[in-house]
Amino acid sequence: MNDQAIRLSGVRKAFARNQVLRGIDLEIPKGQVTVLMGANGAGKSTLVKILCGVHAADDGEVTLAGAPFAPETPSAALGAGVVTVHQNINDGVVPDLDVASNLLLDTLADGAGFFVNRRKMRQRAREIAAAVGLDIDVGQQVADLSLADRQLVSIARAMAHEPRLMILDEPTSSLSAVEAERLFDLIDTLRDRGVAILYISHRMSDIRRLADRIVSMRDGMISGVFEEQPLDYSGSVRAMLGHAITEVDFTVPDTGRPVLEVRDLVLRDGAAPFSMTAHENEVIAVTGLVGSGKSDFASVLFGLDQPVSGEVVLDGKRHAPGTVKEAIAAGVFLCAKDRLFNGVVTDLDITRNITLPFLSRHSRMSFVSAGSERATAERMVNEMGVVCQSPTDGILTLSGGNQQKVMVARWLAEASRLLILDEPFQGVDIRARRDIGHKIRETAGDRATIVFVAELDEALEIADRILVMSEHSIVGEHRNEKVDVSAIMAQVVHAATARAAGK
Amino acid sequence: MKTSPNLTDIAIKYGFLVLMAGLIVFFGMMADGFLSPFSAVFILQSVAITGILALGVTATLVVGGFDLSIGATATSALMLSSYVMVVWEMNAASAVILCLLMGMGVGLVNGLLVVKMKVPDLLATLGMMFLLVGLQRIPTEGRSISTGMALPDGSTAMGTFSDAFLMLGRHRLDLFVPKLLPLSVVFLVVIAIAVWVFLELTRHGRLMYAIGSNAQAASLAGTNVNRYKILAYMISGTLASVGGILLAARLGRGDVASGNNLLLDSVAAALIGFAVLGASKPNAFGTAIGALFVGILLQGLTMLNAPYYTQDFIKGGVLVVALVFTFALSGRGGRGRG
Repeated sequence: MNDQAIRLSGVRKAFARNQVLRGIDLEIPKGQVTVLMGANGAGKSTLVKILCGVHAADDGEVTLAGAPFAPETPSAALGAGVVTVHQNINDGVVPDLDVASNLLLDTLADGAGFFVNRRKMRQRAREIAAAVGLDIDVGQQVADLSLADRQLVSIARAMAHEPRLMILDEPTSSLSAVEAERLFDLIDTLRDRGVAILYISHRMSDIRRLADRIVSMRDGMISGVFEEQPLDYSGSVRAMLGHAITEVDFTVPDTGRPVLEVRDLVLRDGAAPFSMTAHENEVIAVTGLVGSGKSDFASVLFGLDQPVSGEVVLDGKRHAPGTVKEAIAAGVFLCAKDRLFNGVVTDLDITRNITLPFLSRHSRMSFVSAGSERATAERMVNEMGVVCQSPTDGILTLSGGNQQKVMVARWLAEASRLLILDEPFQGVDIRARRDIGHKIRETAGDRATIVFVAELDEALEIADRILVMSEHSIVGEHRNEKVDVSAIMAQVVHAATARAAGK
Repeated sequence: MKTSPNLTDIAIKYGFLVLMAGLIVFFGMMADGFLSPFSAVFILQSVAITGILALGVTATLVVGGFDLSIGATATSALMLSSYVMVVWEMNAASAVILCLLMGMGVGLVNGLLVVKMKVPDLLATLGMMFLLVGLQRIPTEGRSISTGMALPDGSTAMGTFSDAFLMLGRHRLDLFVPKLLPLSVVFLVVIAIAVWVFLELTRHGRLMYAIGSNAQAASLAGTNVNRYKILAYMISGTLASVGGILLAARLGRGDVASGNNLLLDSVAAALIGFAVLGASKPNAFGTAIGALFVGILLQGLTMLNAPYYTQDFIKGGVLVVALVFTFALSGRGGRGRG
């Protein structure tokens, strides 16, 4: 009885002279969740791309259920039973089609028949949806679904292929805790059915919940395999980073004078008013589920949106910016979430990405001074520790963590009164996350800083004070010293579950 | 990540310029007189108008837009300037100013349609194109405008194209050889340099490129995206009207049939520009080279007695090759790491 779904031996891959995979030996057993950990740049994505047919290995052998496996295209991999759910949820669905068409997309693409039989299609789609416990109207447009439902749709679609191996690449990065739990339940079901699951994630909470075994990768090689129960989590992190996670220990400093005062702010009709104050030399983390109002709060402070009522005061003056430009002029900067949508300008190099918001400080009579730009870029690249050949490299030559460092550098390049960072650790490996967090704290002296994070771990790692947001209002406040994590969690989830139960 | 420059990189960067140099050498050997100053000037003159229009298209491409109405704007300027001088019997300065205002206005409306009414750029400017093609023929009931023509109300148009106006399209400056350099070529060069300086060296140009690459990110960095988009369409409309004025001054009459190829030729020049120096994006220098390339090719073929009807075919071929250079070889967007 061969209970290995897939076996890799000596797999190598290089791009130009850059050796990304240096001989991977890996077995992924059926009916278990194998978690793959690795810092950005370790080669995880490349490994996944070889398995799902995007890249071909230069060397080495892959066998799937005993037979050689070398898919030339993603659809060949799919046909052989290797199903991949990508990190970017929208890559997996076609938003403009309804759920039924999405679920049957691969069959449509296979081209059986010419006309589409709606009734039959919906019937089949309902069966597929039911098989994964997805309870939605298959006639709905995918564009109207939440991100979590979209992801379930893409997984349900994958399930129609009776997969042997399912690869999930950071699937929870855009999900709230409740939504993630739904996904975990589905993964449990798949595991019980004997599907081999390769789960890629940075999140310790996911890993603790799911992992049957952990494989760590570093610099294109497998640096550790952990399968003895109980799993050695710190060992796996050590194998991935080359050193252990140390609890970030800092003392909460004395705060300076107040910078931002929010009084009785109502973010939307029916939400409870809230007040808060942010001081100089203080880092505040605002945490809460997706949809709890974090982004709306950030939008109000940054001039993207207007509150229903209430008052915001910045350094003693009323702060009600009508545009982003006014907010920036007032000294309120926002490093937005989802960097590829909201931050990275792909056609500009690293230097120009950094200087984008403050170009007028680098130009005289509208003419941009290359020297002034270069000086700022070089300073910020050094300070942030961006790993690049030169500040004139294209932004997309950087790994995700380094791209994020550039995004943060953009807003640290000039002094601000209030720096807002919305999900600054999104899609960033642990090392870059440490670097960014450290830099944010180190520079926080002359300004107030608010960090919006959905992950409580991240809040605990960076903040002096943690505010919990729920139902578009602040429901809890905790000084980050001997915090009661379960109390925070209760506040985070309480309102959401009450809402779910109440209706 | 960085690799030493290999053959593909060099091909991407200089391939198009090498191709152009090769073309010049080839025609120089094959066609007598191709390398003479007069031939050079003739090529420049033939590309002056499409080049100016192409620079306008470039501005809209930079912000991620597209202006299909440039050809129609140019012919509208041609008809308007003729109408102003021949029917209304006004002077050259009024004709030029009215045309420029018209071009600016068309650009403003295009910009507002795209930005405020959220009409997709191709559709907005396509609509504008039809509108202008129709509008420019209404006052004369579809006839060309020239001195002595009968007007719809039965009278005769007595105005003339003033010499000052015709000079814009026909005057030649002395350069080494007397009466060598046409004024329209000077306009092209000046406008090309101005657009290049604006796009490459100023803050505004940089922000326009940022908008074209990621408008959302540019907006969150405090850029007034809408204003720059409108500006791009206004640049495009204004440059198109300059092209129309030069065309009117060259023809000396308001010819309804002229300017059919303006749109496609100038769009082709701007797209060929993507390939020059491996830019992979709209740029003023590339656009000028693109226009020149087409001009050289057509002049050379004409001197080799290639029939006129092969011209569009050749242009199409060049465009496809240029686009392959841009998109296939350079593989837009660097390959990320694993």
